[in-house]
Amino acid sequence: MYTPDNIFTTTIDKAVRWSRTQSMWPVTFGLACCAIEMMAAGSAKYDLARYGMEVFRASPRQADLMIVAGRVSQKMAPVLRQVYDQMADPKWVIAMGACSSTGGMFNNYALVQGVDHIVPVDIYVPGCPPGPQSLMHGILTLHDKIMDGEINR
Amino acid sequence: MKNNKIKKSKLSNFKNKLDFWATNSEEGGWNISSTDEGSQKMLEDENEKQIKIQTGTEVVDDFVIDEDTSDDERMIVNMGPQHPSTHGVLRLQAELEGEVVRRVKPIIGYLHTGMEKTGEELNYFQGPTNTTRMDYLSPLFNELVFSLTTEKLIGIEVPKRAETIRILMTELNRVSSHLVALATGGMDIGALSMMIFGFRERELILNFFEKTTGLRMNHNYIRPGGVAADLPDGWQKDVEEILKIIPEKLQDYDDMLLDNPIWKGRLQNVGILTTEECFAYGVTGPSLRASGYSWDLRKSQPYSGIENYDFDVPTLNEGDVFARWRVKVLEIFESLKIIEQAMNNMPKGPYKVQDKKITPPPRKRLDESMEALIHHFKIYTEGFKVPEGDAYVAVESPRGELGCYIVSDGSAKPYRMHVRGPSFCNLQALPVIMTDSPIADAVAAIASLDPVIGDVDR
Amino acid sequence: MNPEIISTTTEEYKELIESLKKDGFEMMVDLTVVDWFRKKEPRFEIVVQFLSTSKNSRKTVKVFVNDEDLTIPSITEIYPSANFYEREAYDMFGIVFEDHPDLTRILMPDDWEGHPLRKNYGSGRIPVQFKNAPKVD
Repeated sequence: MYTPDNIFTTTIDKAVRWSRTQSMWPVTFGLACCAIEMMAAGSAKYDLARYGMEVFRASPRQADLMIVAGRVSQKMAPVLRQVYDQMADPKWVIAMGACSSTGGMFNNYALVQGVDHIVPVDIYVPGCPPGPQSLMHGILTLHDKIMDGEINR
Repeated sequence: MKNNKIKKSKLSNFKNKLDFWATNSEEGGWNISSTDEGSQKMLEDENEKQIKIQTGTEVVDDFVIDEDTSDDERMIVNMGPQHPSTHGVLRLQAELEGEVVRRVKPIIGYLHTGMEKTGEELNYFQGPTNTTRMDYLSPLFNELVFSLTTEKLIGIEVPKRAETIRILMTELNRVSSHLVALATGGMDIGALSMMIFGFRERELILNFFEKTTGLRMNHNYIRPGGVAADLPDGWQKDVEEILKIIPEKLQDYDDMLLDNPIWKGRLQNVGILTTEECFAYGVTGPSLRASGYSWDLRKSQPYSGIENYDFDVPTLNEGDVFARWRVKVLEIFESLKIIEQAMNNMPKGPYKVQDKKITPPPRKRLDESMEALIHHFKIYTEGFKVPEGDAYVAVESPRGELGCYIVSDGSAKPYRMHVRGPSFCNLQALPVIMTDSPIADAVAAIASLDPVIGDVDR
Repeated sequence: MNPEIISTTTEEYKELIESLKKDGFEMMVDLTVVDWFRKKEPRFEIVVQFLSTSKNSRKTVKVFVNDEDLTIPSITEIYPSANFYEREAYDMFGIVFEDHPDLTRILMPDDWEGHPLRKNYGSGRIPVQFKNAPKVD
């Protein structure tokens, strides 16, 4: 009996994508100002738990998403890379704020000019610092992109 | 011999698998080397002075060693820089003896942003943009101290309304900063509801900040010569709401924590810091006041006309983590008193100094007059010149004495801009409060000092 | 409040600090360095702020350090709070504090070359490319 093989694979694919988006656990990688806004996004008023994301994991082994919240200094860069390497696949990265996206207003010797020099970044969230709404918009965009298959791991 | 070889190959196999799992590549890009930055390690054998500093016995020698434990039980443990309860990217190396912390070495610099170098490239008008990002929990204080230093160098006085707005905004900022300190401190100790509560009440103040300054954090609102904008319409209503809700919520916190046996048991008689040690390590702010010494720059060396307000300086004598927590709660009440007085006595008049060299023309004048447009352009691109000299001004930030030292060479940019962050100094007292107590209390001790790493590393 | 400014030399620096401590200045609140590169000789000016809580007064001590001989006695024995500040001054300006217990870099990585806050050290600015950037649909 002939069955077109694409039907089967797409549905599994979709199920996998859906399950990936619905409980994406972030690792706590708070660095600077943006970390406070990330905490605000996780607490009462903005409530990230609605997207199955309130469990900020302290261990990178248990996390799927790294939200780089804040400026990354030259001294912190190897640490950040190591935390990223320890995360299990599939993994995603959100660069939160101007500093981690591009270096922001601090174009000097101490800062890495954008965290994309070190790790692959999926979503850039602008703002200094981005409000919790911006961060949530970034997260939802990431969900959409995973669902669409734009970001495929 | 043979056995050894087999073992080694097995190990390397295992490592390959590990590499594959971690990096998803056969080559194994992940090597298990540490990211330690060279010699900033705590050594097994340090010199005598270092041991004194790391055991916190430099000032008061209360170091007790239990003779029964052997050296085998000693180990050096690394905590951070990526750790959920070190308040940012602080890294600690601690020598443990069983469960007891014996030596501690704080290692900082993981958030060094080079702000003092950037500060030399920005003119005085842009300066607050830079300094506000240092202590990100109390940004308005950083702007205030930079503006006060610049104003001292120029020798101008800001209008009464600007001063009162500054007091109102900074005291609101003190409340929001202490709320975060209570929230994160509660979370570290295990009172998770405190975390949710603290951030909920902070939103109230941040909404007012957003309305006034346009941003929730990093406002760049207080600038040399006044403030950036006037208070919005109907600001009294918002402040009244804050004044009404926050005391009620603080009462809730007290009901929850003040007589809570777990809270008391975990905090009382933990991490004691005496006045003598505070002086030696330069610890200021709530930590100094919790050790029984009533010292507040708002009372002793007032700024922005804060001497005209009626408030008390809460002081406790215990010097432990509980006292430091309690002082912060009591300080919120005092700050609310100041806010109420500032709200009721808000003078009318300009909110910027009326000096055309320093203040840009108002927005509506730009449409009418070309001179105003040129003037606006000149101030925003070149800034204003500040006479030669140097000045040091300090204010009482939520964490202690926040100072700013500016050297001017007569141009529009500071020749040298240095900020004395209170957290930087307070962090040196960490070995004193962490040593000779169980490792479980270490987190409470760090949280009680309330360090903001942006302020430490700058 | 205007602090009283005292200028001194590297030889008399430590004695002066000791007398300040006896005078009732309990706290050393700040230590920083100003680099007068090609503007003044000697090149480095060390500025130390002291605070007396009992007298409610401040004092500022200024010492000049020569570019050839960057050493100055450490005051960590007198004021333990100077520890981090002297390490910062060493890290950022290369001033060597004699008898400091642990004079290593504090803010920069250990293998960093140069002292960033010196005036002859570039800010490390990377030019931002606005033209010819890849287009985004």
